Amino acid sequence: MAAEPGKIDPMHQFEVTPLGGGFNLGGQEVLFTNSALWMVIAAVALGIFMWGGMRRQLVPGRWQAAVEGFTGFISSMMMANIGSEGRKYTPYVFSLFMFILFSNLLGMLPLGVLGLKPFTVTSHIAITGVLALISFAIVLVVGFWRHGLHFFSLFVPHGTPLPMVPIIAPIEFVSFMVRPFSLGLRLFVAMTAGHVLLKVLSGFVINGFNAETLWLGSIVSVLSFILMIGISALELLVAGIQAYVFALLTSLYINDAVNLH
Amino acid sequence: MPQIAQLTADNWYLASQLFWLLVVFAGIYIVIGRGMLPKIEATVDARDRKVADDLAAAKAAHAAADNLEASYVQQSDASRAAAQKAVAEAKDKAARDAEKRLAKVDAELGEKLAGAEADVAAARKSAMAEIESVAADAASDLVAKLSGTTVAAADAKAAVKAVLHG
Repeated sequence: MAAEPGKIDPMHQFEVTPLGGGFNLGGQEVLFTNSALWMVIAAVALGIFMWGGMRRQLVPGRWQAAVEGFTGFISSMMMANIGSEGRKYTPYVFSLFMFILFSNLLGMLPLGVLGLKPFTVTSHIAITGVLALISFAIVLVVGFWRHGLHFFSLFVPHGTPLPMVPIIAPIEFVSFMVRPFSLGLRLFVAMTAGHVLLKVLSGFVINGFNAETLWLGSIVSVLSFILMIGISALELLVAGIQAYVFALLTSLYINDAVNLH
Repeated sequence: MPQIAQLTADNWYLASQLFWLLVVFAGIYIVIGRGMLPKIEATVDARDRKVADDLAAAKAAHAAADNLEASYVQQSDASRAAAQKAVAEAKDKAARDAEKRLAKVDAELGEKLAGAEADVAAARKSAMAEIESVAADAASDLVAKLSGTTVAAADAKAAVKAVLHG
């Protein structure tokens, strides 16, 4: 999908390029790519953000209050969805939520203005899929660890009439197995679609001003630019909501494993 | 679409993606999730506990103040009642004393009056007796002068008495 000169390829932003530092790991060459760089940047930014909330004052300052707002948000969500046993899983869900949120938001930064190449880690299904599989694996491990084979009763909702069990159970099983895909796909699709839309609109803005009939092109450009501003705001909202949805669904799935029905 | 391509043919960077994702996410989980989050949660919990404790202490202090006020009101009520009782007793005693003295004076006056009345009655009786004897004398003298007969003193006295007393 090589871009012709003068054409704006909306998919170019998702390209992974090697930045060096390759080594061999079990026959596969592992390179330090721009994707890895942005993961590290997200982790470092998150670390700095959290470090600012570690002052442990009785009366929190603004930064500490912001960090405590995030931790309180996730721990109250875990408490509401799972109960007091949810505290055990708060570190995982919190890491997940904050990593996705920071990756989403960092991908939205207009760094192209500075000549840098921003990259949205969460717009890759390989990333979101692995995160979803980790969540799914936790659900399976916790479910079978706590309930043994009784965990299979998850596929028979409470109060199902006996004749309905052969019909309900396969449906529940399929919906259970689809969870990691829907979880990973949702985030990947939301991020990809938003960034593609923004890139297409920015292509309209550039091509409009370069058009032969400048007056018409300018109208298109200005309208597209106004639309871009609105959609950027919407994408910021989506960045938060998708991180929240991922964390919320993970907590609900863990609740299934911890409490069955 | 690079995201799909890496899963199929053009997959030279899939391994790097997964490797770095696992490294970074494990780092975040260990350092932030396991390291920093519990400390922040502990701070929040400690604050919540402190606020709850302070609220409980304030509540207890409030209750103590209420108790103190209630006992103060009770005490002042009791002392006011005692004072009122003392005043009432003093008033009562004074009234009773005055009554007693009055009764005594009354009795003395009554006695005096009775004595005076008795004196008057005695004086009147003696005066009456004198009038009777004088009238009897005068009546017997009148009878003697008019009819020449003498009347016995006793008869004259009886006649006079009958006239005097109707």
